[in-house]
Amino acid sequence: MQQLSTKHLLGIKGLTADDIQLIFETADNFKDVINRPIKKVPSLRDITIANVFFENSTRTKLSFELAEKRLSADVINFSSSNSSVKKGETLVDTVNNILSMKVDMVVMRHSSPGAPHFLSKNISANIVNAGDGTHEHPTQALLDAFSIREKLGDVAGKKVAIIGDILHSRVALSNIFCLQKLGAEVMVCGPVTLLPKYISSLGVKVEYDVKKALEWCDVANILRIQLERQQIKYFPSLREYSLYYGVDKKMLDQLDKEIVIMHPGPINRGVELNSDVADSEHSIILNQVENGVAIRMAVLYLLAGVK
Amino acid sequence: MQKRLVLDQKQIAITIDRFCHQLIENHDDFDNTVLLGLQPRGTLVLDKIVKRLKEISGHDVPSGYLDATFHRDDFRRRDIPLKANETKINFLIENKKVVLVDDVLFKGRSVRAAMDAMIAFGRPKKVELMVLIDRKYTRDYPVIPNYFGRQVNTLESQYVSVEWASQGFSEDAIWITEKEVKS
Repeated sequence: MQQLSTKHLLGIKGLTADDIQLIFETADNFKDVINRPIKKVPSLRDITIANVFFENSTRTKLSFELAEKRLSADVINFSSSNSSVKKGETLVDTVNNILSMKVDMVVMRHSSPGAPHFLSKNISANIVNAGDGTHEHPTQALLDAFSIREKLGDVAGKKVAIIGDILHSRVALSNIFCLQKLGAEVMVCGPVTLLPKYISSLGVKVEYDVKKALEWCDVANILRIQLERQQIKYFPSLREYSLYYGVDKKMLDQLDKEIVIMHPGPINRGVELNSDVADSEHSIILNQVENGVAIRMAVLYLLAGVK
Repeated sequence: MQKRLVLDQKQIAITIDRFCHQLIENHDDFDNTVLLGLQPRGTLVLDKIVKRLKEISGHDVPSGYLDATFHRDDFRRRDIPLKANETKINFLIENKKVVLVDDVLFKGRSVRAAMDAMIAFGRPKKVELMVLIDRKYTRDYPVIPNYFGRQVNTLESQYVSVEWASQGFSEDAIWITEKEVKS
């Protein structure tokens, strides 16, 4: 198969395992490209991409923009903080205005779950979901799985623990879908208040003790506490969370095996992850960032090729 | 389906030998020459040439695989996009003489894309093109090979298929085949 089964990347849920493999194989080639002296290819030179961010983002936006520029696409950036959205314009109107400027693809982040799905039904351009509320963040899950594949050779059969604020995390949900489609076993771990009530119905193991989770897994993907999404208090204090769920080097030293540490960023050092782990040889956090560009190049390239 | 044999296994081997001698004649001891096989099918020709060159001259000529998928001019214009292949070039080509190797030269578009992809690895001193089969009178771009195995006159309705024993065929052979007309 040489073509994706979908014209939009709305979530991992809508991808097949073949789609994911095709994205990985294409990303392998793009990773090679971005490590050359000339890091650019002309594939998307006749394409214009709008990065439409209704919610704050630093690394995802940078990563997408870099991927687009490495593919020679023309890029326009839009963020809601300085737009007419503040003046009461609807989502469809805003995006249609952007599309009237002959834009071919839209990379969108929005605080409402399902916003890119809604948009895909109303406009003709390819849409890439760069995070929709607490729902999905497909490119992050793809780059996470790609990084595991790079480090451990394969994703199938590996045990991956996702630790932290699962309730508010779009990264967690996309990761669960992606890892399961690739044949990995997934465990979620966190305080009971930060685990969705029916999470086990997704076929994941649930654990409340971080030490047990670390003992079980080959890879620990540690997530940030998303204070900005928490309307009420889910745990007494950050200090207490750190005491019970923070991962430090002492915990890793007590294991009888080496595990891989991942984090989608931004890290709150000293809260969910200590510096002695984040900067250790166990960590592939910076590889994830590099792979993010290659994965996003692959996604944009493949979506542009779908007729 | 009508098939016409262009080169059989023995003729291909003779052609590869001739290529090697022509390269030796033009590139002396290969101290400033590199060979690049164009993905996906030029790499098979390249492998044969590199192996035979070593046997004939004792030279280990630096060689690599070049993929031009991301540099093609027909992306989004084909029904199904081409799948990219690995580029494997562990050297810079700055100021080197580069010989691009492919199996069949048809429209010249792949070669144009390859030259575009190639300069990501430096500015070559000179570039030559070596192909097993040169399909005459079919070019869209002004591309002429420096070395060719056999020139053939073909119609748009025909294609040249290159079969390699290493890929599961009974023996190396190059055929001209009529494309099947979809009714």
